[in-house]
Amino acid sequence: MTALRPYQALLARDLRLAFRRRADLLLPLGFAVLVVLLFGIALGGTPERLAPVSAPVIWVTVLLAGFLSLDGLFRPDVDDGTLDQWLAGPTSIVGLMYAKALAHWLLYGVGLTLSTPLLAMLLNLPVDLLPVMLAALAIGTLGATQIGIIAAALTARLRRSGILLALIVMPLYLPLLIFGSGAVDAVRLGESPKGALLLLAAQTVLLLTLAPPAAAAALRIGSDNPP
Amino acid sequence: MNPVWRWFHQLGSPPYFYRFATRWMPWFGISALLLTVIGMYLGFVEAPADYLQGDSFRIMYIHVPAAWMSMFIYGVMALNGAIALIWRIKLSELLFLSCAPIGAMFTAITLITGMFWGKPTWGAYWVWDARLTSELVLLFLYFGVIGLASAYDDLRQGARAAAVLALVGVVNVPIIHFSVKWWNTLHQGETVRIMGKSSIDSSMLWPLLIMALATKLYFVFALLLRTRSALAEQERGKQWLREAMVEAA
Repeated sequence: MTALRPYQALLARDLRLAFRRRADLLLPLGFAVLVVLLFGIALGGTPERLAPVSAPVIWVTVLLAGFLSLDGLFRPDVDDGTLDQWLAGPTSIVGLMYAKALAHWLLYGVGLTLSTPLLAMLLNLPVDLLPVMLAALAIGTLGATQIGIIAAALTARLRRSGILLALIVMPLYLPLLIFGSGAVDAVRLGESPKGALLLLAAQTVLLLTLAPPAAAAALRIGSDNPP
Repeated sequence: MNPVWRWFHQLGSPPYFYRFATRWMPWFGISALLLTVIGMYLGFVEAPADYLQGDSFRIMYIHVPAAWMSMFIYGVMALNGAIALIWRIKLSELLFLSCAPIGAMFTAITLITGMFWGKPTWGAYWVWDARLTSELVLLFLYFGVIGLASAYDDLRQGARAAAVLALVGVVNVPIIHFSVKWWNTLHQGETVRIMGKSSIDSSMLWPLLIMALATKLYFVFALLLRTRSALAEQERGKQWLREAMVEAA
């Protein structure tokens, strides 16, 4: 088990740091509720108009809320020199990326998925769609986190990254969004969501395989070539 | 050593590339211009009007070559990005960076001409078809590469970071394409086909092939021009550059 020690330590540290600032942890949820509020008002607030679009709106809201936390993913580690210590040390960077991604998903992916019933209630999502919605979100946010760590690693050393991060991440979210909201749509139309969920899971597995090494390569770029 | 390989290795050397680009650039530029004029004339004047679409099909002579180039250039760009990441060849970084704006331009041309063609043919400027959506995503991938590269203060770091993003895009473009296709076939039974199984008549095909060749030549011309300028900027103050510039003048 000692081989996993550094990764466990990083995971525990990220979770502990997040729980020390509980208010920050609730911010994505607050943001999600606000976006839902805007959509609810813009759509006129009647259940007949809200129900058909509620699942796509929840998907977009959750992806946006998760996206907001990406900017801070590596920045503190760059600022206090932790990143340079990782790169100089013997620990596998790819392993650290897995720990980092897992922490991010547990905090934001799972957190936002668990708060979906609240958003669903606000948007009059039909109750029978809720289980498939939760399953799709749990899988999809894990994939979205993987895309997020690549983008966060690529922009970690930049002074400002806000809109650039969006430009990198949003197009790559597209397939997750298609199958994620496709699964919910399938149930709405009375079909089996199995195909869409499996394709969503397949993508997430592919991202889990390829994204951490890509993020590790991206983090190395800034350090091995001093200006 | 095999002369082709030797030439290829020599091309990686900045002084050799600079002289090579200076010598060959005008030829590519002039032949691209000539072929464009010929292709445009044949396509817009000589080729017969389509029995179904009338004259609006002629947009194809710009649209289709541009669409081919938008994907071809992404491939060239990603290949150079991979070479830059693996072998750290400085020239590949510059070639990679020079590809992005040219590719973005062809992608934008594809989208804009496609919209003008779509209005009379499909009745809408935009349709959420697999090809259109992937092309739009491709444009944003180009923008991401350009934006990321220019966000770094250090040119070489920026190029390598953007190269990682370009390679991520290579993996993602097919996934995006097929997922949009799947999504569309789920929702609508009909699929929009630009060209059905009907084969194209040779009087319509020739101008298209000429235009395809012209855009390829233009790409080489623009790539050499941009890379040569970037190289001159990066290597400014070096002795060989001064000599090469005197030779060229």
